[in-house]
Amino acid sequence: MTGWLPRSPRARRRLTLLAVIAPILALAAGLTLWGLRDSISYFYTPAQADAAQPPAGRSVQLGGLVVDGSVLYHSDGRVEFSIRDNLAADRIHYRGDLPDLFREGQGIVATGAFRADGVFEARQVLAKHDETYMPKQVADSLKAQGEWRGEGAPRTAP
Amino acid sequence: MIVEFGAFAMILALVLSVAQVGLSAVGRLRRSALLAGAGEGAALAGFGVLTLSFAALIYAFVISDFSVANVAANSHSEKPALYRVSAAWGSHEGSMLLWNIALTGFGAVLAWRGRALPRDLKASALAVQGLIGTVFLAYTALASNPFVRLADPPVEGRSLNPLLQDPALAVHPPFLYAGYVGMSVVFSLAVAALIEGRIDAAWARWVRPWALAAWSFLTVGIALGSYWAYYELGWGGWWFWDPVENASFMPWLVGAALLHSAVVTEKRGALPGWTVFLAIAAFSFSMLGAFLVRSGVLTSVHAFAVDPTRGVLLLAILLVFSGSAFALFAWRAPSLTPGGVFAPISRESALVTNNILLSAATLTVLLGTLFPLIREAVTGEAISVGPPYFNLTFTPLMALLCVVVPFGPLLAWKRGDLSPAVRALLPALVLGVATGLAALWLLTPRKAFASLGLALAVWLIVGALTEAAQRIRLFKAPLAESFRRLRGLPRGAWGATLAHAGLGIFVLGACFETAWKMEAAQTLAPGQSLRLGAWELVLKDVRRLDGPNYEAVTARITALRDGREVCALSPSRRFYPAGGQTTSEVAICSVDVSHLYVVLGERREGPGGKPVWLVRGYWNPLAVLIFAGPAVMALGGLISLTDRRLRLAPGRRREAQT
Repeated sequence: MTGWLPRSPRARRRLTLLAVIAPILALAAGLTLWGLRDSISYFYTPAQADAAQPPAGRSVQLGGLVVDGSVLYHSDGRVEFSIRDNLAADRIHYRGDLPDLFREGQGIVATGAFRADGVFEARQVLAKHDETYMPKQVADSLKAQGEWRGEGAPRTAP
Repeated sequence: MIVEFGAFAMILALVLSVAQVGLSAVGRLRRSALLAGAGEGAALAGFGVLTLSFAALIYAFVISDFSVANVAANSHSEKPALYRVSAAWGSHEGSMLLWNIALTGFGAVLAWRGRALPRDLKASALAVQGLIGTVFLAYTALASNPFVRLADPPVEGRSLNPLLQDPALAVHPPFLYAGYVGMSVVFSLAVAALIEGRIDAAWARWVRPWALAAWSFLTVGIALGSYWAYYELGWGGWWFWDPVENASFMPWLVGAALLHSAVVTEKRGALPGWTVFLAIAAFSFSMLGAFLVRSGVLTSVHAFAVDPTRGVLLLAILLVFSGSAFALFAWRAPSLTPGGVFAPISRESALVTNNILLSAATLTVLLGTLFPLIREAVTGEAISVGPPYFNLTFTPLMALLCVVVPFGPLLAWKRGDLSPAVRALLPALVLGVATGLAALWLLTPRKAFASLGLALAVWLIVGALTEAAQRIRLFKAPLAESFRRLRGLPRGAWGATLAHAGLGIFVLGACFETAWKMEAAQTLAPGQSLRLGAWELVLKDVRRLDGPNYEAVTARITALRDGREVCALSPSRRFYPAGGQTTSEVAICSVDVSHLYVVLGERREGPGGKPVWLVRGYWNPLAVLIFAGPAVMALGGLISLTDRRLRLAPGRRREAQT
């Protein structure tokens, strides 16, 4: 009935294992490739975003310093503000939690997408201590300003 | 003086660690019980001395001795006592000392309790454990010394990041490290077994309690960290797929795979090579975690940003230890005797499937965590791999795993029969499908994947209980007989049931909370209210309420459901002058197993110049289960652990039964 199967029980076991492993690995590999193509978000500073022109609606991360005097609070919890790097600035609209360390001059990273009119609609805003990826320029200027650096705060030399 | 004593004790522990390697190795080579015994003594003494060293560091923090660089950078004299103590492991240097305490501690327990181990294996394992200890102690003493003094001490310290001044986070690192580093014993036993050339059922039996203990600690550690993120960061989220979270999650996944494959090796002698591979991989992932968190290649709220040289050293340690262990494995693996044969439908197969799914899931997490690093190194583009990637790759694999889990314990070893298992699981299947359909039908908004998740959760919980019910022949034998069987049930079986049910409880909470949570935000003047589904949050007033090392405003908010007052909440915002930081303290009201979660936002100018406050409310249904699930899983692990001890000491077991 199962004449095409190998005789040896060990070989059969190996074949069974392979039959289980192969589809699962194929599934994992497929999902991973798909995920890495579609679910990653690029990181830009305002100047880099100008250069790269990400299509409207595409999820990206935008990082920079909150421009002094640009923050506008609405009574329903919506916030508008601008962030900048050394060369350019972008306007951000956000409805959600601002991190505790959000303030003017602070380095932040917003996740969201550009609208067709060029305004960045943020889904999430992370401040310095919450961020995962920080543009070097922003991080460096933060250090120059003596902003808090958590555990990595410049130590008085040992 | 005490600080110098601490530094001296740390160096002494390093020397004792070297002695442990030498004595154990020579004791093994010459088969000398005396030398091997001396090696065990060195392991015990090393742990004792390092504990004193750590006590000295804690002392420096408690008395706020700012002439110690580490204290000056991470403590403040006005900080409450608990956080002055926990600041001792809040920094990179102090936490390395804690890591070493766990490392030598596990070595000491191995020396002290490992009487059941054959002498040769034990001596080899202690030599390997000592070698790991030597390298990490040397790294701490030379590159991350927490006892370094400052030439001119500051008057006041820079304080610990206020976000980290929290009870859950004070105990989170000790648990996490006990878990991370507990895997080192598993690693040492694996390498020792490869050196000795014996990997069999008995070896798996010695390894399993260590893996179980480490995995249980890690479960508690991760859950505490997640709970901290949940109530301290104030976003209402509990898992962010942050690289540092992933770093702790990968050893957990591998540890879970190891627990299951070790059972197969122990009971059936099968898969010895795979079990050894996982044992090496588990601690390798722990070391990878240490590298990712401490090297500064990734920054996140949990990361210690330290200078890259220290990171390179940690990377070197990781590569040398894992590299040599895997090389040894590659060299020895062909000589391993393949164990018992098993049919495609058998408990072995179910456990193998579990292992493949867990390993594949680990790989997807690993890839997602490292991909930004690789991509940036290759193309220079900064990208981030966030929750969408992990939801797409990790979740389907785990969903498949949830389908398989209840079958495992119901199938016989070697050659199982699927139809009785399916029949036994029929109630679980029916209840699961019913739950899924009910969720699809009743809950708004309608969410298909989350409903499927709820169905799987019920399938897991009822499936786990089915297995226990079958063991005690519930409803199939007289109740008295069932009760007698219940009492006689081995603790290991209880452990598995609890762990699987705990997974189900977690899935239930996680799916429900993620899919059906509600949030609302509005600026409120005192007396105004905010609607959140059936809830009405009334802001009564906002008052100034200062703490020991912070200034705070606290709001009093009454939560009404259908017009009836259910709870009073006091969220607050704190300002820590020492670091110039503001944090918000979330107020949580538990309603059954759900959470009403309220955050006080910043103060703004309202109409007429009167102050208003931004109030954010979340309704997190079944949120308690997200943290209760892992607690039940860890409890299952610990109960299993007590089973091992009873079995290793048969005399006491007989006593316990009479």
